[in-house]
Amino acid sequence: MAVSADHIREKLIKELEAVHVDVEDTSPERCAASFKVLVVSAQFEGKSLLQRHRMVNMCLAEELKAIHAFEQKTLTPEHWDKMKQQDIHISDMQPYFVFRNL
Amino acid sequence: MGATLSGFRMSRSSFRRCSSAGVLGSISDLQKDLGEMVKKDKVVVFIKGTPAQPMCGFSNAVVQILRMHGVDQYASYNVLEDQELREGVKVFSNWPTIPQVYFNGEFVGGCDILLQMHQNGDLVDELKKLGIRSALLDKRKNQDSGN
Repeated sequence: MAVSADHIREKLIKELEAVHVDVEDTSPERCAASFKVLVVSAQFEGKSLLQRHRMVNMCLAEELKAIHAFEQKTLTPEHWDKMKQQDIHISDMQPYFVFRNL
Repeated sequence: MGATLSGFRMSRSSFRRCSSAGVLGSISDLQKDLGEMVKKDKVVVFIKGTPAQPMCGFSNAVVQILRMHGVDQYASYNVLEDQELREGVKVFSNWPTIPQVYFNGEFVGGCDILLQMHQNGDLVDELKKLGIRSALLDKRKNQDSGN
């Protein structure tokens, strides 16, 4: 069964009590199931980047077995509010491929 | 000007021990090997491809970030050359994807984390703790004194 963006979104909302989740299916850009997620949750407060990413990884442990590439951004609600004020969206998140042409 | 050293390729066979213990023995050997591999050098990366020729955008990002900071001496393991390593390092790090970065034997994260550390200045500090002076510090210094 293929993993869907909706399924990922629901799981993140449910298990991490995320107040906001963006899931972008980046599979068309690559040759296999790939996703980019933005997760906003108070559970990230006080946690290091690595701890936050591990929380997301644990939440999606089953799904990640079937996913080829996975990018994630984890924010606390406070940080997310600040970003919203500056009108930044997930598509503005600096993508990895800016480095391709260096 | 000489070309910058872009890291040195390693192969796990340089760490492999002879074992006649079969598949399970081989798997635990790999976990033991990895324990040594990540500690042997200050900066260790597991990527797809090599620093000279990364084979994936995320791995390329890690290589480029390290290059930007002037980190040109690091151990790099190509998981595409070794399927056992590719799966084993995910188990070892409890991390589902490649690339994977280690500083002083400690897992740092993947491309996302390294990129964010680069953007928020943390990477310069972490490199300093390793005794590595980021090239970006010198760049900024030169820019400042340019006026």
